[in-house]
Amino acid sequence: MTTFTFEVLVSLKPGLSDPAGKAVESALPALGWTNVTHVRVGKHIRLDVDAPDEASARTQVDDMAERLLSNPVIEDVQVLEVAAK
Amino acid sequence: MSGRAPRVGVVTFPGSLDDRDAQRAVTLMGGDAVALWHADHDLQGVDAVVLPGGFSYGDYLRAGAIAARAPIMGEVVTFAGRGGPVLGICNGFQILCEAGLLPGALIRNASLRFICRDIWLRVETTQSVVTRGLAPGETLEIPMKHGEGQWVATSEQLARVEGEGLVAFRYASRGGLVDDSTNPNGATNNIAGVRSEAGNVVGLMPHPEHAVDPDVGPTGGQALLASLLEAALEGAHA
Amino acid sequence: MIADETPLHRSLGLQDDEYARIVATLGREPNRAELAMYSVMWSEHCSYKSSKIHLKTLPTEGPAVLVGPGQDAGAVDVGDGIAVVFKMESHSHPSAIEPYQGAATGVGGIVRDIISMGARPVALLDPLMFGPLTEERNRWLFEGVVAGIGGYGNCIGVPTVGGEIRFAEPHSTNPCVNVMCVGVAKTDELVTATSLTPHVGSLMVLYGAATGRDGIGGVSVLASATLDEGGEASRPSVQIGDPFAEKLLIEASLELISAGLLEGLQDLGGAGVTCAVSESAARAGMGARVDLDAVPLREPGMEAFEILTSESQERMLAIVHPSRLAEVQAVCERWGLRTAVIAELTEGGDLHISLGGDVVAQLPARSLADDGPEYDRPQRAPGHAQTEDPTFIPFEGDLGEAVLALLAAPNVADKRWAFEQYDRIVQGNTVEGPGSDAAIVRVDGTLKGLALSADGKGRYGRLDPYLGAMHAVAEAARNVAVSGARPLAVTNCLNFGDPERPEVMWQFTESIRGMRDACEVLGTPVTGGNVSFYNESGDSAIDPTPVIGMLGVLDDHRLRVPSAFPRGGLAIYLLGETFAELGGSEFAETILAVGGGRPPALDLERERTLLALLVEAAGSTLLTSAHDCGDGGLAVALAECAIGGGHGLAVTMSGDLPAHIALFSESASRVVASVDPADEGSLVALAAAHGVTCERLGETGGPRVVIEGLFDLQVSELRGAWSGAIPLLLGEAV
Repeated sequence: MTTFTFEVLVSLKPGLSDPAGKAVESALPALGWTNVTHVRVGKHIRLDVDAPDEASARTQVDDMAERLLSNPVIEDVQVLEVAAK
Repeated sequence: MSGRAPRVGVVTFPGSLDDRDAQRAVTLMGGDAVALWHADHDLQGVDAVVLPGGFSYGDYLRAGAIAARAPIMGEVVTFAGRGGPVLGICNGFQILCEAGLLPGALIRNASLRFICRDIWLRVETTQSVVTRGLAPGETLEIPMKHGEGQWVATSEQLARVEGEGLVAFRYASRGGLVDDSTNPNGATNNIAGVRSEAGNVVGLMPHPEHAVDPDVGPTGGQALLASLLEAALEGAHA
Repeated sequence: MIADETPLHRSLGLQDDEYARIVATLGREPNRAELAMYSVMWSEHCSYKSSKIHLKTLPTEGPAVLVGPGQDAGAVDVGDGIAVVFKMESHSHPSAIEPYQGAATGVGGIVRDIISMGARPVALLDPLMFGPLTEERNRWLFEGVVAGIGGYGNCIGVPTVGGEIRFAEPHSTNPCVNVMCVGVAKTDELVTATSLTPHVGSLMVLYGAATGRDGIGGVSVLASATLDEGGEASRPSVQIGDPFAEKLLIEASLELISAGLLEGLQDLGGAGVTCAVSESAARAGMGARVDLDAVPLREPGMEAFEILTSESQERMLAIVHPSRLAEVQAVCERWGLRTAVIAELTEGGDLHISLGGDVVAQLPARSLADDGPEYDRPQRAPGHAQTEDPTFIPFEGDLGEAVLALLAAPNVADKRWAFEQYDRIVQGNTVEGPGSDAAIVRVDGTLKGLALSADGKGRYGRLDPYLGAMHAVAEAARNVAVSGARPLAVTNCLNFGDPERPEVMWQFTESIRGMRDACEVLGTPVTGGNVSFYNESGDSAIDPTPVIGMLGVLDDHRLRVPSAFPRGGLAIYLLGETFAELGGSEFAETILAVGGGRPPALDLERERTLLALLVEAAGSTLLTSAHDCGDGGLAVALAECAIGGGHGLAVTMSGDLPAHIALFSESASRVVASVDPADEGSLVALAAAHGVTCERLGETGGPRVVIEGLFDLQVSELRGAWSGAIPLLLGEAV
């Protein structure tokens, strides 16, 4: 058994209204940046999974990402492996 | 039809807040409130189910996301599939959407702030277990209190919701005006509540259970809950 | 952070003489863990060392008082076997650094004080003080604190029904966040020092969240030093709250108590495990054997002193007889809360604390909890600078413009921007919410209404701390009485600067003296509260601001009297008299920009008779509305009565006072009341019987607010100025 560390990035589907992103975008000019657009705010989830091999770990995390960590109606999800030990 | 009071189950999840308020409202309106527990697999033979307001699981991950996957939800889905009346209020509405029993999803209010305010709802359809006793276009005064009540959907879902008359309530003025000025949270098309195709599952963000007692506020929730109790008794589902 | 030459005890906030006292108590030098324990328990925030001797002079007894100061909260008998538990606390220092979490954890802490008495929390009120909103930092603090109060309070299912939001320059670097919580219990289920009896051999069970490094040294670092000494380095001391965990804690705790499973219950707040264990043991007259290995940790490798002083939130300590442990664990498990047996009560009074098999601390529980230092710090009245009394400054400006400007003044303006972020309706018993003179919460299942108000005016305290404190008590009592409720008892939060400065200590003792006199005459004993010192940075201290939380009772909430005019065609009366006194008034500050003079006079006997009149009039359903005259005087009170219901008025002023003084003086003990014309005779007679001056001013009705010969404005114009002010200052659309 190996412990694999994954990062799951959850973002709002493009086209959906993102009030948090809008708020961040309007706050940046006050700090001096007027060259920023398309700010979207999402979620970053980090987890350790014990599995016999990488493929098995990834399949499981993909499943978790779709069934719990994201809502497919409003979110897109991306799973990245970052470490194994 | 039996002469007994309809038995209405109210599910408590960890973090549910308006569960006791829902029980109290059911009792005030003549029903028999039954407390149901999230971890049980038993609806105790109720005639209708209410998923109450609150912050189940702290709204962590997404509002209603973890509660939608609680053990009792299996029974609730089955119950709904057999035509049993299910009402989701606020967090309960969020849970029903996460569970796939209702279309769309609820995201953060456009203002990014929690809003507690008495508002008016316009009834959009009488084809649901909570609006069958109401007149189309009728307005009801009911409080809202939420931070994540902006209803959104995929374009396909929205077309279906509008096209098939699945909108149950819209945010309006007392006189029935529906526009940006009467929309508190940016919800698409001022949608405050939706129904399932069969009409037995309804979710809405405002709180009818907090609008039955004239001593503490408006009473627009009375007619809504009366419809639910009537539907519950009529169906008398196992 | 610690210079090589600074002795450890000083960097922990202990003075040299306090260190010597510790050495004398132990008969040896303390080790690291013991020193940490003393540093937090003997900090100002936990030990009240600068205030204790003065607080003892406050009246604390009364026929309705069940529990006075000294326990987790105060409790009052409101009849029919019902006890109301209430207390106010401050969380100002953490809020100045991280406003959201500071305010949120402030709510969490006070709620736990209420549940540890066995009461279900039913209401929250938040007196808040910020610097002017024209400064960006103050806007940041204001928005963060309001969001934190809402974010936490809304999530635990306790309605936020009232409070106060005030703005003053001294709060720019020292915002004040006070939180008051009210709970309800059956009198025979109240948990007090005497109602439950711990035994030797009983277990101390920690339940709730795991323990991490949150807030270590919080009470000693933050609340017991001015903000210059903290700054960036104190950032790790701010605790993060989890309201979901708190909600579970509330339900589990109340279930444990009603099932009769406990011999004691204490919340973990400032000074964490050290405080809960030492206070519980000392209260029982016992000692304890503590096993720190049993404490569930969130972080690996925590040292003994860290585990002992961590201020991780959402934790409670129950005292459990071994025979009932399994049942206690079952209840907690059902609510998803972990439990850990961390100590056992022992004979004698010593705490024996071990970690990893080694004894890490050994000291008498009482020396931590009860026998802390007690100071009678030096006091010195400031030399009286000659200040300009605004009462004698002539005013030729437009009175209508002045009224609009006062309604738009942040202290007066509509606070809806803030209180709409609070859930005021959960639990279904909020009869009157924010925006009223008093909040009214129905006692579940009864007709009883609890009337609640929180008031404090730093502006008056700056000019005369004695009078300022009296005014705070009087105003809070008046706000409760105008609703028709009988004022019963008081909690308080005393917000002051650095007590090591004799001027501040003088302000404090003068304020205590004022509170004492007012509470005695008005018959409202003090059941507990909180002292918040060190609200200053550089040479800027806040004004002396005692905040009074008043509890009153309506036997039938349906007989409550609203604040605003409910309809047209009613007669308007002024109860009480207006005198020429603009010192400390909103008019003087906002329009004249003159902050000197003296606060209005306050005749406590006159106030007492007014309160009695209001309660009796309500009981006879004589009044159709009653509203306290506060900031901005009579003119603002009349405007508020019109704005509230949308019904205007036509009033004629009589008397010899200059117009602006008649309109804006803030003379005490005055109420604007409305009454049905058929009942005017009865009101006049009742007022005369009580010896209260009663003057007919005019009538309600119409779309305008008209004060004959002085100003004439549309109700909508007044409402516009009043409701638009705060959003405008925050840069938002109305």
